[in-house]
Parts: sequence; structure tokens; C-alpha cells
Amino acid sequence: MPTISPGSVPPSVAGVDRNLDMSAHPASIQAKHLNFFYGEHQVLFDVSLTVPERSVTALIGPSGCGKSTFLRTLNRMNDLIEGARCQGEIFVEGQNIMDPAVDVVLLRKHVGMVFQKSTPFPKPIFDNVAYGPRVAGEKNRSVLADLVESCLKKAALWEEVKDRLTSSAMSLSGGQQQRLCIARTLATNPKIILMDEPASALDPASTDRIENLIGELCANYTIVIVTHNMQQASRVSHQTAFFYKGKLVETGPTMKIFTHPSEKQTEDYITGRFG
Amino acid sequence: MTKATLPAWASQRVSRRHEKLIQVVLFLCAALSVLTTAAIILVLLGNAVYAPGAKKAFFEQVSLWEFLTGTHWKPVDGPAGRFGVIPLLSGTVMVAVIASLVSLPSGLGAAIYMSEYASPREREILKPILEILAGIPSVVYGFFALKFITPYILKPALGLLGLELGTFNALSAGIVVGIMVTPLIASLSEDVIRSVPRSLREAAYALGSTRFDVSARVVVPAALSGILAAFLLAFSRAIGETMAVVIAGGQQPIATLNPLRGAQTMTSFMVHASTGDSAADSISRMSIYAIGIALFVITLTINLISGWILRRYREVYQ
Amino acid sequence: MSGQNAPEKPATSFISGADQLIRRRLLLSRVFAWVCRLATYSALAVLVVLLVAIVYSSIGRLAPDFVTNTNSTNPAKAGILAGLWGSFWLILFTALFSVPVGVGSAVYLEEIAKDTFLIRIIKVNLANLAGVPSIVYGILGYTVFRTSAAALAVLFDGKHVIGVLGLFKVRLSKLPIYEDNVLVGALTLTLVILPTVIAASQEALRSVPSSIRVASLALGATRWQTIWRQVIPAALPGISTGVILSTSRAIGEAAPLIMLGALTYTSMCPGSIDSPVELLTKPTQVLHAPLDQFTAMPIEIYDWSKQPDSRFTQVASSGIVVLLVVLLSINSVAMIVRHYASRRLRW
Repeated sequence: MPTISPGSVPPSVAGVDRNLDMSAHPASIQAKHLNFFYGEHQVLFDVSLTVPERSVTALIGPSGCGKSTFLRTLNRMNDLIEGARCQGEIFVEGQNIMDPAVDVVLLRKHVGMVFQKSTPFPKPIFDNVAYGPRVAGEKNRSVLADLVESCLKKAALWEEVKDRLTSSAMSLSGGQQQRLCIARTLATNPKIILMDEPASALDPASTDRIENLIGELCANYTIVIVTHNMQQASRVSHQTAFFYKGKLVETGPTMKIFTHPSEKQTEDYITGRFG
Repeated sequence: MTKATLPAWASQRVSRRHEKLIQVVLFLCAALSVLTTAAIILVLLGNAVYAPGAKKAFFEQVSLWEFLTGTHWKPVDGPAGRFGVIPLLSGTVMVAVIASLVSLPSGLGAAIYMSEYASPREREILKPILEILAGIPSVVYGFFALKFITPYILKPALGLLGLELGTFNALSAGIVVGIMVTPLIASLSEDVIRSVPRSLREAAYALGSTRFDVSARVVVPAALSGILAAFLLAFSRAIGETMAVVIAGGQQPIATLNPLRGAQTMTSFMVHASTGDSAADSISRMSIYAIGIALFVITLTINLISGWILRRYREVYQ
Repeated sequence: MSGQNAPEKPATSFISGADQLIRRRLLLSRVFAWVCRLATYSALAVLVVLLVAIVYSSIGRLAPDFVTNTNSTNPAKAGILAGLWGSFWLILFTALFSVPVGVGSAVYLEEIAKDTFLIRIIKVNLANLAGVPSIVYGILGYTVFRTSAAALAVLFDGKHVIGVLGLFKVRLSKLPIYEDNVLVGALTLTLVILPTVIAASQEALRSVPSSIRVASLALGATRWQTIWRQVIPAALPGISTGVILSTSRAIGEAAPLIMLGALTYTSMCPGSIDSPVELLTKPTQVLHAPLDQFTAMPIEIYDWSKQPDSRFTQVASSGIVVLLVVLLSINSVAMIVRHYASRRLRW
């Protein structure tokens, strides 16, 4: 017996099959028994989660549940916070990224990240996209030009900006800026893209474009997205993980989580009883 | 897991040795300030308290007691030399007190006006003017005091009262030093006053206060310790002020509190002594270091107290 | 109440029943506002009086030849050229020393350093150095830099010093090294302004939003790449404004230079270079200038204002006019940078 009718779940974006059982797919990220602390304060409790390759995993849960913190451990952005401490293991393509031998700079090239607020650099559009390859040592102008074009195309921004690549990225609209940030991330040639509420500051039309973009990108990239918007989670993800008070309560195929959640807390959250 | 088993993307650790080098160089830049302080202390102590080698330090020739309590300053070599710091100290304090009498009301008034009354436009004009006033070199103020304030303002005014004013006098020097530190008091106090929370002002207005009540009875008392810190900083600046005092204040080391006469401050003695031609390790020359220590210790102490008060003030409102 | 036609006040109204007390409070409030306004505008008045008085008393000597003549015992001929050149060389080297060190320190403290005990010591120490009177730096400069320069002068005395500048070698034969040279002065001034330069640069770096840093690191840039390619360019307008303003402070400083034993009376410019053309035509002299003796504008002004001959008052005033014009033009450059940068960069 479904606790929630499947009809109330909005249709998914193209390219995302929400009933797919991903357990057979090869794992891209495996977090094992992750505990995370800010100083004395523990924010993640024994989180274990597997993210399959070339899929979208949505992390949902009320504010302060630890979903963003979890996301940021995946490319070790939390290293930048003083007093942050992490226990447990995270395997990215079989490599434990908590290993001190891992170079975080290379890790972050491999695991890209898009932030809630678009953060274009106050530079021309071209330089924004070319930044990642440039810091990695690419100097050849024509290689960079090709890369910029292909990444902007993948991010569905090329048609809008191809005539003004030299104008400042600050002149773009909010939605365009966010797609620019996605293009900029693609330019570092990552396998995994982490998105921290990428559409929460955008208008509905721009949000729609970003969601469709996620559907296209997941054919080639593994995507983990944190979102506050449950409609969005249900539209764009193969797999959904529900966090509550620093614990991973439940994870499973998106359709199952939204129609047959096994935990009471998940159901309460999804039906809007709290959060 | 060993390095050999790392996947390609994680193991191609780029050599970042040059980044380490840059960090070390930048650290050395930052550490230079500590070296500077150490050098100041060593130089002062090494010439005033204990000198290695054949040279004799100042306090190896003059007792600390004589230095601190002596009321005569006559820095000459030989038996005629008298090294009591009181005259220089009295001159310094006198100039600094006059400067405070000038700068405290005007600086505080300006701070209150700019934070409570002035429109943003007006503030945009006033702030740069105060910055310009603060940016005018000390020599210019000294010249202004000597050639303008003393003969054309103070002399006629005091003449009406039947008082006689010297060409070089502590009063005019103190006044210009006060003008110099007014912008400092104004801008520091304004910052402090602005950090008083809006809610406090609104609460006071809601109780039927006039603007004066809010400014003088609520905001200023709430910001009082911060204003005190600003004042102390300005006072220490006035103590260390040199050229204006050298030019307008004269060179007579007399233990007096009469501002109408010339006075020598610690800083103006240092300038005076360094332009003389006594030998490098003569006691008259070494006395510069003793005065240097006194100046350093006094200003440092005041600055530390000011910083301490300001930190505590910030804790209250943050 | 003034008018005879004024209507009788209704005794019940809570506002117009306003007694003497409220009226007095409002009056007090207005008087207080005027007192504060007076205090503020008196600063403006002082500035105007000062400028007018100085310009007025410079009449009689301020003429084109005042900036083309060097000092003289004859007040009708005395000019500020030597001081102008001295100040030029001093500021050039002061900026050369203080900008890299100051900006470097600020970058280290704001972007790299962790909050350790040592870093906290450095920060507290910087705050205190900013409050040390400039004359104390003069003592330091006299004792350390001047003595070292004197030792160097002895070391190189009578020998040929080979200076290597770029691709060509210039022979500095028989050019004496003075112990009270431009470099000694510039090093001392560097110490004087360094805390201000660091503080201004730190403030500029702090105003760069942290999202820029995070985004750059997330793209796989290293910490230094992030600093060099994102943070510093974004902070550059603020840094340059702060650096220009603090360096210009050094132009007006006289006390530490007098402590060093800078010349108060000289008719020689450093390296004997007295026109901009000679910077190009006399490379040997250019190399010599940093090691030559110097005077500076504020020192000459000090010297003139001490002269008993009242005609030197005009000379000193003219010197002040030149000094203030130089300072104001430098400050307006800083203002222009700030203005344009604040338009171009918006977060």
C-alpha cells in the first residue's frame, strides 16, 4: 500500500528514471561511517551512503540536518573551516579521500562544486570558464577556446553569451550566472558534481532550466544535489537520501522515498508535517 | 593505502614547492614587524641601560633616580650636566593637555554631529575634509602656530587680558597639536558611536526623548568607554608629536606649567640634540636614548590601555 | 505667546499644554545640535584659514623660480628644488621597500596564517607599532641603518664599486657612499609607514567576499593561485588607495629624517640630478643618487621657519604650498582610483 499516491509526485525531468534500482550500478562515491564535528559539536552521526555512477542523488532534510556538511566533505571543502574534524571513510572511485596522501587540489578538480549563491569571478565570461584549466596549467589559447565553447554548450549558456565572451560575468542575470558556474565547473573535467541548493536563489524559469540541465548532465556525470525544495528533489533525482538531525534516516530510489517511505520521519517530512 | 595504488587523478601530486617558498617569504614579511619591535627595544636598552663594549650607557652614568626626579635638564658633557627628566615631562604633558582641551570637545562634537545629525551627503563632504586636516604634515602646523596663531591670534587676545606671551610658547604648540589629533578623535569616536545599537536609540525616542536626550544621555554614555579609548589614543599621539612642537614650542627645558612660555618636550629635545654636534657616544648624545625609552614606554602604555578598553567595549556590542 | 490674535490654548490638549519644561528641552536639543555643528564646521574653518594664511604669506616668493632654484642664504633666491628631489628619491625607495613587504604581510596575515599564538603576537605587535611615535623610528634608523651605511662606506672606501643594473654594468668609481644617504632615510620611513600600509592592505583584502575564495578552491585552484589570481586582483583598488595614502604620509615626515642627520641646508640634489631629463642621460648619477646625502621638503620648511630673517617666512610658506600641492595631487590620485574602482566592482 503506497502511503502517498504516486500521482502527487511531479513528473521527472527528461533523462531521470526514478524507479531505477541503482544498487546494481557501480558506485561512484561510498561514504562509510562518517562522523563530523565542528569543534566539540557533532553534526554528522555515522552516515553511510553509496552514490551510483552517472546518476543524481538528492539530499533532503530540514535546515541544519547536516546535508550540506555531508556534501562538503565529499570534496573536502570543510578543510577550510578551522576546528572542523571528520572521522570515517569516503571512497571516491575506490580511493579513500580522507587519506593524507590525497591531494585536495586534485580532488577538487575531480569533484566539482556549484554553490547556492552564484559566485562568478569579477572577470570576463571567458576567463571564468577558462579559470579551472588555466590554474591546472593549460596555456594554449585555442584549446581553451574550444573548451570554453563546449562547456558553455553543455551548460546551455552558449547561445546566450557567445557574442559577449569578453564582457564581465557580473553583467549576466542570476540564472545565467549560475549556469556559468556550472560551465566553469565542467571545464575542470570532473567526474562528480556537487550542487549545494543551486537553484534556491533563482526565479522559477531559471530553476526549470537548471533542473533540465541536471537531467542532461547526469548522462555523463555523477551528481549529488542538496535541496530544500522537495518538488525539485523528486523531479531531478534517481536516488534520494533523507537526513535528519545529523543522521541519514533513509535512502532509496526517489519514487520509493516519495511514495513508500519506510521510516515515519521521512513520511512526516515529505508530507510536510515538519521542516 | 599506499601511494602506488592511488588512481591517476589523485596521485599526480603537482610539485608545489614554489608555493611553500612563497608562503615562507610572506611569513618573513609579516615577522619583520616583530623584528622591528625587537630592534627598537634593543637599540634603546643597548644605549640607555647597558652598553656592551667600551661605550658607557646613559644609565651607567646617570642614576635612574636622578633621571626620574631631577628638576633640571641641562644635557651637556662634563660635570655641569644635569639630567632630570621632569622639565621635559612637564613640557610634554602640558602640550598634550592643551591639545586634549582643544581636540576632545571639537572631535567629540564632530563625531556626534556626523553620526547623529548629518545627512549622508553632508557626511560625504565632511569626512574627506577631516582626512585632509589629518593629512597635513606636522611641520606645516608648526609653522602655522609660530607665524600665525601666536602673533595674530594669541598675542592680541592675551594682550587684552594684560598677559605676555613668548614668541615660542606651549600654548600655540598645544593648540595646533590639538587640531592635528581632532580628526583622529572624531573618526574613532564616530565608529564607536555608530556601533551603539539602533534599538537603544529607538527605545529612547519612543520614551519621548529629544535628540539631545538621545545623543547626550543615551548614546554617548553607552559609547563612553570607546570614546575614552579614542581619547587616550589621541593623547598618546599628542605626546609623540614632534615637528609642530619643535617649531612653535621652543627649546627651553624649564619645569613649569605656564603655557605662555616656551617649553621643551621630550620629542623636541630629541630633535634639538640630534642636530647639535656633540660626539656620538658623549653623554649628551646618549641622553636621547634615555628620553626615547621614556617616550616609548609612555606611549606604549597608553596605547595598550586604549586597546584594552576598546576590545572590552567591542565585546559589549557584538 | 506673541500674537494678540493667538487662539486660547485648549487646556486639555496634551501637546500644546506643553509646559515650559518641554519647550526648554527642545531648545536645549537645538542648541546642542548647533554646538556639534559648530565643532564640525570649525574644522573646515581652520583648514580654510590655514590655507589662506599660508598662501597669503607665500606671496612675494612663490614664483616659478622657487621650484627651479635650490636653497640659498638669500631669501629672494632660495628654492625648494633640492627638497623636491630629495623627497622624490625618498618616496620612490620607501614605496619600493614598503609596498611588497606591507602587502606581503597583509596577504600572509589575512589569507594564509592560521590563528596561532605567534600570529596573534604579530597582530598585537603591529597594532602597537602603529602607535610608536615616528621619532623613535628615527633613533632606530640612526643607530642601525646609519651605522651600517657608515660601515659599508668604510668597506668600499677607495675601491671601485661595480653596480650591475639590468644588462649593463656601470662603473661607480670614486663615488663616495654617505652614511646619511637616501636609502637610510627610505628604510627608516619604511618602518614608519609599514604598519599603516599593512593595515590598509588587510582591510582591502577583508572586503573581498569569501565566496570568491571558496569558488576558486572548488575549481581545483591551489591556495596561492586563489590569492594571486582572484583575491589580490579583486582587492587591488583598495590596496592601491591605502598604499598611496599611507605612502604620502611619508612625504610630510621630517622628525625621523632629522634624527638620522639628514641635511637641513644643502643646495645639492641627490646624485646631482636636478632635472627629469638627467634621469635618462646620466645613468651613473642615477645609481649614485640612493647613496648620496639628501634633504627633503619638510626639512627645508623646518629650516626656513627657524630663520630669524622675516623674509624667510615667505620662503617657508612657499615651500608649504609646494608640499601641499604635491600631497593633494597624490591624494586625489588615490581618490580617483577609489572612485572608479567602486564603480567597476560590485559584489
